[in-house]
Amino acid sequence: MKLKNRHLLGLEGVSKEDIGLILDTGQSFKEVLERPIKKVPPLQGKTIVNLFFESSTRTRISFELAERRLSADVVSFATAGSSVSKGETLKDTARNIEAMKIDMVVIRHSSPGAAHFLSRVVEANVINAGDGAHEHPTQALLDMMTLKAKYGSLEGVRVCIVGDILHSRVARSNIYGLITMGAKVSVCGPATLIPRGIEKLGVQVSHSLEDVIPHVDVLNVLRIQVERQQSGFFPSLREYHRYFGVTKEKVSKAAKPITIMHPGPINRDVELSADLADSEHSVILEQVTNGVAVRMAVLYLLGAA
Amino acid sequence: MKQTKVIDTVGFRRTVDRLAHEVVEKNKGAEDIVVVGIRTRGDYLAHRIARKIEEIEGKAVKVGRLDITLYRDDLRGRLDQPQLKSTEILFDIAGRVLVLVDDVLFTGRTIRSALNALMDLGRPATIQLLVLVDRGHRELPIKADFVGKNVPTSQKQEIKVSMSEADGEDAVYLIEKDD
Amino acid sequence: MLNMILKSGRLIDPLSGKDETVDILIRNGRIEKMGKSVKHDSTFEAINLTGKIVTPGLIDMHVHLREPGFEHKETIETGCLAAAHGGFTAVCCMPNTNPTIDDESVARYVHEKGKQVCEGIVDVYPIASATKGRKGVELSPMAELAKAGAVGFSDDGSPIMSAEIMRRALEYSSMYGVPVIQHAEDVTMTQGGSMNEGLQATRLGMPGIPPVAEELMVARDIILLRYAPEAKYHVAHVSARGTLEWIRNAKREGLSITCEVTPHHFTLTDEAVSGFDTNTKMNPPLRTKNDIMAIKEAFKDGTIDVIATDHAPHTIDEKEVEFLQAPFGIVGLETAIGLSVTELIETKVLSWMQLVEKFCTNPRRILSLPQIKVEEGEPANLTFLDPTVEWKVDIHSFHSKSKNSPFDGRILRGRALGVVNKGRRLFFPS
Repeated sequence: MKLKNRHLLGLEGVSKEDIGLILDTGQSFKEVLERPIKKVPPLQGKTIVNLFFESSTRTRISFELAERRLSADVVSFATAGSSVSKGETLKDTARNIEAMKIDMVVIRHSSPGAAHFLSRVVEANVINAGDGAHEHPTQALLDMMTLKAKYGSLEGVRVCIVGDILHSRVARSNIYGLITMGAKVSVCGPATLIPRGIEKLGVQVSHSLEDVIPHVDVLNVLRIQVERQQSGFFPSLREYHRYFGVTKEKVSKAAKPITIMHPGPINRDVELSADLADSEHSVILEQVTNGVAVRMAVLYLLGAA
Repeated sequence: MKQTKVIDTVGFRRTVDRLAHEVVEKNKGAEDIVVVGIRTRGDYLAHRIARKIEEIEGKAVKVGRLDITLYRDDLRGRLDQPQLKSTEILFDIAGRVLVLVDDVLFTGRTIRSALNALMDLGRPATIQLLVLVDRGHRELPIKADFVGKNVPTSQKQEIKVSMSEADGEDAVYLIEKDD
Repeated sequence: MLNMILKSGRLIDPLSGKDETVDILIRNGRIEKMGKSVKHDSTFEAINLTGKIVTPGLIDMHVHLREPGFEHKETIETGCLAAAHGGFTAVCCMPNTNPTIDDESVARYVHEKGKQVCEGIVDVYPIASATKGRKGVELSPMAELAKAGAVGFSDDGSPIMSAEIMRRALEYSSMYGVPVIQHAEDVTMTQGGSMNEGLQATRLGMPGIPPVAEELMVARDIILLRYAPEAKYHVAHVSARGTLEWIRNAKREGLSITCEVTPHHFTLTDEAVSGFDTNTKMNPPLRTKNDIMAIKEAFKDGTIDVIATDHAPHTIDEKEVEFLQAPFGIVGLETAIGLSVTELIETKVLSWMQLVEKFCTNPRRILSLPQIKVEEGEPANLTFLDPTVEWKVDIHSFHSKSKNSPFDGRILRGRALGVVNKGRRLFFPS
């Protein structure tokens, strides 16, 4: 059992078998996380660098925990903004890391394709922890793992991704992964935040939550960034909340209870109402737990061989 | 390829029964005994041993299954990674007499991995090793407490354990590998 | 001085309309005799051009030579060497240098330097900025610049965003018959953009440059051109279907509008960006199949006047960065002929005569440069092409100082064999 690619750069083009293997392996690691001693040895002697050129405390902590629980040696490097602004190019940074005999690199960067770029210039296995608005594969994998645990299979599960699709790597990775696994995917958000041609990726597009809610099992609610208001994408948070904020009242129109997901961190009562985030139908904390397990799975599958 | 049956279905049942009796005898009952099998065939075997002990002693015996993949010393360099499966030991092993069960004892490396895995799960009072077949060729200082059958083999030979749970019959074969 | 006999080449000369096999005898750099089986003595170097093509010297009217200011990317010398090897005997260089070509002295420097390098085999015609410092605020001294050799005015790289300044630039330049060349892009719509907006950008999560940003600017300029009809207006590197439609209609209307297209825009689509190769990042960006179809239609109906490369050298270090951080542009001088023959001649979009018009007579007419006469008594200014040779692009063999090309390893058909100009010759093995 082995993944076809030696890097995890994205979920576009990753086969059903490979995603299935990662999810199953992740499920096995979930058991490890329940143990009193949550550490297992398969990456003993391996060195992993977490290169975070964009701040993300959650993803970094999740990766670090996953790495340490697999007994890897871990170095984390976080700097806001691009390395270019610090005078050193990403290529130089990468070459330097290589010279330090590193086995795996986890990279978060604001430029789409940064992980691809890195995989071309270093020998180490590269894991994309988010590249601009392109992909965030481990987030989508943990989302899928959470849904698979809930629904048994992803086949036919109806998932709507709500919010700023244009700037969202989480949306893209989820679209690629979920469609491969047979789920029915739609996106819902203001017309300004739905990128052109997205329907050609196999998703349905809607601009009305009310229309969407009766036809879905899951709402994956994305974080809305206030800065987008200044760029003319939407008029105000108040209006956004009113029309695209997911609230108890809106989801109550569904025949069956809708599962609520969010990649975090939540702007409570903006894109998602607080009572719904804390409700029994929210799987947001399971997502966090599964994040560590699925990252262990990816690290193990790429790194232990 | 030539294969010789070294334990047949009847012999298989008798061997399991005997091993269960030996466990009870050595531990003077089944008081603190828990049985843990190494996936996959060790796990089936563990369940049979536990059932038999229950039958002998009239008391429930807890059984767990152990996946040793993460503890293997040959993960690196393998072209094909073994599929990781879950360890399911839904009880506390601390202070118990843990009977570790596997089908074949060969180099001892699997048992070494299993011992490491068990140590991460808790601190049993003792660990006793039970195997259906000991084929020799140890590479580590490991010895079984209960052996179903000693089958001297050469490196070119293989032991194949069939169990009805997976293979449709209970039997043990000695296989001559072609050069 | 140059004495040679070119035997049995196929002369394609749009000016005279000739398409025939001739011998050309050159004495002291001048064409002495043309015709069938021209006699010559043994002191003349004989070159057999059977099956090869002879054209008046080609010109690339959109090149960045980077000198002064960015000599680590390209110099006038290396740029001219690349041009000659690409089959060009003349180039027009864009003013986004440091200092900008916005005063007489810089224009003269560039023009004169062109005569000194590579034995002057490539004529360098500067295009000066339309506004001071290419800032789009004040007009550059166009009269002086024209006198110093500037053949066009452009803020290339930056569009002239202010409608008022554009209007004044058109009016003022019209006094000297020098065209204003617009890099058409409404920058209010393209901030942060790195590739064509559409399905591919959506797939890759890349900030987009919408085709309408180009179209809008050209539409505005056409309205201004109606208001200042004496001016000459040229659209640089057209990439989008919509833009071509505006230009086609404006031409029908009788406005003095012309345009150029680059080889990469008729060869590649935004699907080439998939691997995040920064050599697929250029401005305007690679568009879609639909746009390439529109470009080919516009070639056929004559909407497109010129093929120009937008040769934009950048060093490997500058290009080997994250996609968003990478500079726009690719080198083009040494692949232009191969791409044009492969994509336009082989596919019968253009005839050879039409191709030579787009590489020679049309740009010269737009820039009011003298036409090259391939006649007895005239100075020899010629390009030789092998129309059928198949070759593999190898960036390491480029004469340009920079190697930023997305075409490395591509098999092309058709290549320049050599050039003659100013009594000098340069031939290279194909």
